[in-house]
Amino acid sequence: MTVPVQAALSSTHRWPPSQWVAACLALCVLAPVLVLAALAFSGEFGHWQNLLQHVLPVAVSNTALLLLGVGVLTALIGGGSAWLTSAYLFPTRKLVTWGLLLPLAVPTYIMAFAYLDVLHPLGPVQTLIRDLLGYTSARQFRLPDLRSMPGAIMLLGLVLYPYVYLSVRVMFMTQAASLLEAARTLGCSRREAFWRIIVPLARPAMAVGLSLVLLETLNDIGASEFLGIQTMTISIYTTWITRSNLQGAAQIAIVMLAVVTFLIYMERYARRRQRYAITQRMHPIQPVQLRGLPALVAMLLGWFPIVAGFIIPFWFLVNESFKRLSSLQAISAELLKATWNTLSVSLTATVVTLAFGLVIAWSARYARSGTARLLARCSSLGYAIPGTVLATGLLIPYSWLDRIISSVMNTLAGIPPQLFIMGSAAGIVCAYTLRFMAISVGSVESGLARIPPSLEQASRSLGHSAFQSFVRVHFPLLRPALGAAALLIFVDAMKELSATLLLRPLNFETLSTWLYAEAARGTYDEGAIAALIIVFAGLIPVILLARTQLKANY
Amino acid sequence: MSTLPILQINNVRLGYKQGRDFKTVVDDFSMQVPAGEIACLLGPSGCGKTTVLRAIAGFEPVYAGRILLEDQVLSEFDRMVEPEHRRIGMMFQDYALFPHLTVEQNIGFGLRKARPEQRRQRVDELLALVRLSDLRERYPHELSGGQQQRVALIRSLAPAPRLLLLDEAFSNLDTEIRQKLVVEVRSILKQSGISAILVTHNLEEAQAIADHIGTMKDGQLCAWQRRTQADIAA
Repeated sequence: MTVPVQAALSSTHRWPPSQWVAACLALCVLAPVLVLAALAFSGEFGHWQNLLQHVLPVAVSNTALLLLGVGVLTALIGGGSAWLTSAYLFPTRKLVTWGLLLPLAVPTYIMAFAYLDVLHPLGPVQTLIRDLLGYTSARQFRLPDLRSMPGAIMLLGLVLYPYVYLSVRVMFMTQAASLLEAARTLGCSRREAFWRIIVPLARPAMAVGLSLVLLETLNDIGASEFLGIQTMTISIYTTWITRSNLQGAAQIAIVMLAVVTFLIYMERYARRRQRYAITQRMHPIQPVQLRGLPALVAMLLGWFPIVAGFIIPFWFLVNESFKRLSSLQAISAELLKATWNTLSVSLTATVVTLAFGLVIAWSARYARSGTARLLARCSSLGYAIPGTVLATGLLIPYSWLDRIISSVMNTLAGIPPQLFIMGSAAGIVCAYTLRFMAISVGSVESGLARIPPSLEQASRSLGHSAFQSFVRVHFPLLRPALGAAALLIFVDAMKELSATLLLRPLNFETLSTWLYAEAARGTYDEGAIAALIIVFAGLIPVILLARTQLKANY
Repeated sequence: MSTLPILQINNVRLGYKQGRDFKTVVDDFSMQVPAGEIACLLGPSGCGKTTVLRAIAGFEPVYAGRILLEDQVLSEFDRMVEPEHRRIGMMFQDYALFPHLTVEQNIGFGLRKARPEQRRQRVDELLALVRLSDLRERYPHELSGGQQQRVALIRSLAPAPRLLLLDEAFSNLDTEIRQKLVVEVRSILKQSGISAILVTHNLEEAQAIADHIGTMKDGQLCAWQRRTQADIAA
């Protein structure tokens, strides 16, 4: 069949349906940001003055200190352990190499929840120290209070360092070896080569890992709340929930978005350098065999982050859960309900996010236009927006939508006015979709990039339409990428706390909000069981990540 | 006229440990390279030629036999001179140019003990030798494949090594540029009087550059051919 030239030309200028979907989603991501900006600058100047005088100085300085501290600590632990496991052979090195990823399974608020009990003045650690030193009461001896800035930095650093470890280690395994050898043929000792080649080379990968760490730190609400650190995230939450001042919350959120923009800029800048840092031949550094005392020191250094960042909190949760289960004999109906809520909301969000991600990534690949790629980038921005900021920005669009849906349903079906989005879990599902779209789009895009265009051309030349080719060729090939993305989205949704806290309907609890409420009340009753379920779910992608990322690099 | 050997490899065994077993890659390997001449190890992938080169550079241990350079023992069983103390230059297949350093800084990398003006002078000389003086401020990613290859060559020549090793150094280039560069590299090496060993699987490349061609198969040297000036010109 031939198509008239004019029709063919006009059809290339028309947006395909997939691009419209991408545009709608990009708008949905941008809407909360635009609403926040409008809200922040719409009120009187006096509000800003009040904010600048009373709220922001404390919140900004606390947040900056926390970011700085966590950044330095994760760079040291993550970068150091990446070098240790790449450059040296010591007993249990293989176990350490993948064990270092385990803290990824522990969300920051669970880390704080566990350590507050483990390091409590009457808890097991301090009691043991007192017994060893011969003290009889907590008044005679106690460790510094964990509810402090150093405490928060330590706990966040111990669970977030794997982001740095992973990115820096991949760089060491894929690029460093030939450059290190070249430096040594030019007269450098191992130590000199480390400072002159390895450290500057690791900087881009370090910056990429650090930007993820800092975004997670900004996003954290639970750990800061439990540890009593008044960060910007906490300020947004309390300004809205306690003082019902949405405009004030929006103003703090806008300042926070400026910090996020800076972090993303830093990451992009680092990636730009990383692009040309890739060499063609990939072979890992030849590790040096350590023996005797150096081997023992290396082993202790390697195990420390695993023990402190995973084994201790995990052991605490298992122990507490076991105690609760044996004393209660059953799990309470509320916890079962919270588990069901978590699973259903996470699963729905996973399916919706994957479906949209597929459409957007497909549109970006086949539209071959700058607009489609820009839309794909815009719709992925949600990952960088802290959950609290996103939720604050969604409150007004949600209430608009609720009003529209309510009046339409009332007119058409006579259903009495009600909150269809804010009053159900739909609000949370939408927020998760916006927040985790980057995982879906990114995975599908990288999966599609591995499928050569010739496969589709072959399918089309064998009589399949574009859609048939997608179903029979692309979809089966994309299945591993989609599976991995589904797992990551599902687990991230299960762990999500900051947006869920603000957007959940009344009497709707997920595992994370249940845990938050328990810890806030200081009851801890079944919190450990909820935490353990989240950590177990989180372990699945970590184990798969360890298998795929690290296996090839031994 | 054959001169005294600068490099001697005597009955060397190379390999790696696999659990409790030892996997031999190269066995009973011997060769000699006369001073100022270019040798080439030719053979298919996996025949062990790169392992020999890496052992000469000091990146692989020797499990039997010994490697000597100018009568100094570099490697023998359980003993080896560190790579940075061998004064052996190496040019890598992927060039291994430091991506965070400019061309000038890359070339000056091995000259850190020289005074700044001496270093600058040496870098200038070398850049002029390969006609890349205009590109000194550029980063490796801003160079073409051929330019990167030349920079990698002069970087390895900068500290005046006693021996230069070239590991498949031309394999990433297209045929036309490769043919030109092979001739150019031979003339630069001959001008500087530096002995070299090239590892390649390309016979034409070997014939265009080498004074001696050793053919390897399954970890053994199975032929050693001394070539005349007429052979090379042809």
